[in-house]
Amino acid sequence: MNVTQILFWFLSVLALFSALMVVTSKNPVHSVLWLIVTFFAISGHYILLNAQFLAIVNVIVYAGAIMVLFLFVIMLMNLNKSTEPKKNKWLTLAGGVAGGCLLLVLVAALKNSEIKQQVAQVKEGDIGLIKNLGNELFSTYVVPFEISSILFLSAMVGAVVIGKKE
Amino acid sequence: MPVNYYIFLCLALFCIGIVGVLTRRNAIIIFMCIELMLNAVNLLLVAFSKMHHAANAAANATAGTDGQLFVFFIMVVAAAEVSVGLAIIVMMYRNIHSVDVNFLNRLKH
Repeated sequence: MNVTQILFWFLSVLALFSALMVVTSKNPVHSVLWLIVTFFAISGHYILLNAQFLAIVNVIVYAGAIMVLFLFVIMLMNLNKSTEPKKNKWLTLAGGVAGGCLLLVLVAALKNSEIKQQVAQVKEGDIGLIKNLGNELFSTYVVPFEISSILFLSAMVGAVVIGKKE
Repeated sequence: MPVNYYIFLCLALFCIGIVGVLTRRNAIIIFMCIELMLNAVNLLLVAFSKMHHAANAAANATAGTDGQLFVFFIMVVAAAEVSVGLAIIVMMYRNIHSVDVNFLNRLKH
């Protein structure tokens, strides 16, 4: 077991544990903090796969911007005490069983697939570097890139219009 | 690293997100679980792009770049989605002073 495998298992266990804590925490602020831990673990996976641009973007956009937005909204609404009312235990159980069944079916379906022999390149291959991604982004994908800027403009206008007090 | 390890890790993360959506009733936490599911799919796309690159690097030096660019676009769309969604949740809270999705069933009637 070399260093790469140890890192892979460590990051996987960290991601799964913190994802479980996101779902099970009573306090919404703790959920947000555990979600940030999950995003950092996923960024670690990106670095392990040598997708450095996506790792940086994941930290900046998700763990930085989006999670701060969530935290702002939760503190604005003063939800940081656990206000979730008592609910039906059977519904919770049914949700857990449904998700577990989905996991079981998908794992059973993919357990013996042909893709098992394929290997994902770890620590090598330079397609994840900014130079290569930028060349591709501004030559082949330049139209979707520009359209996404219009999407951002419309999202900004939409957020302002919705959030405005009338 | 064999790609099926990544497949099973991402399946587990995705199913945790689904369980969160089904069991929690706080709208913000449901939203966070959707973000978790998006991230599981992103990780799987990156793993598949590296798999594709490993298989086809000899024929095409940039094989697999598309997968990582799709992840980038998913992040862009998710950022726009979060800004509008949180604005909707804030407006909802201002009107009914709760973010419990069980109170939000007026479209049903």
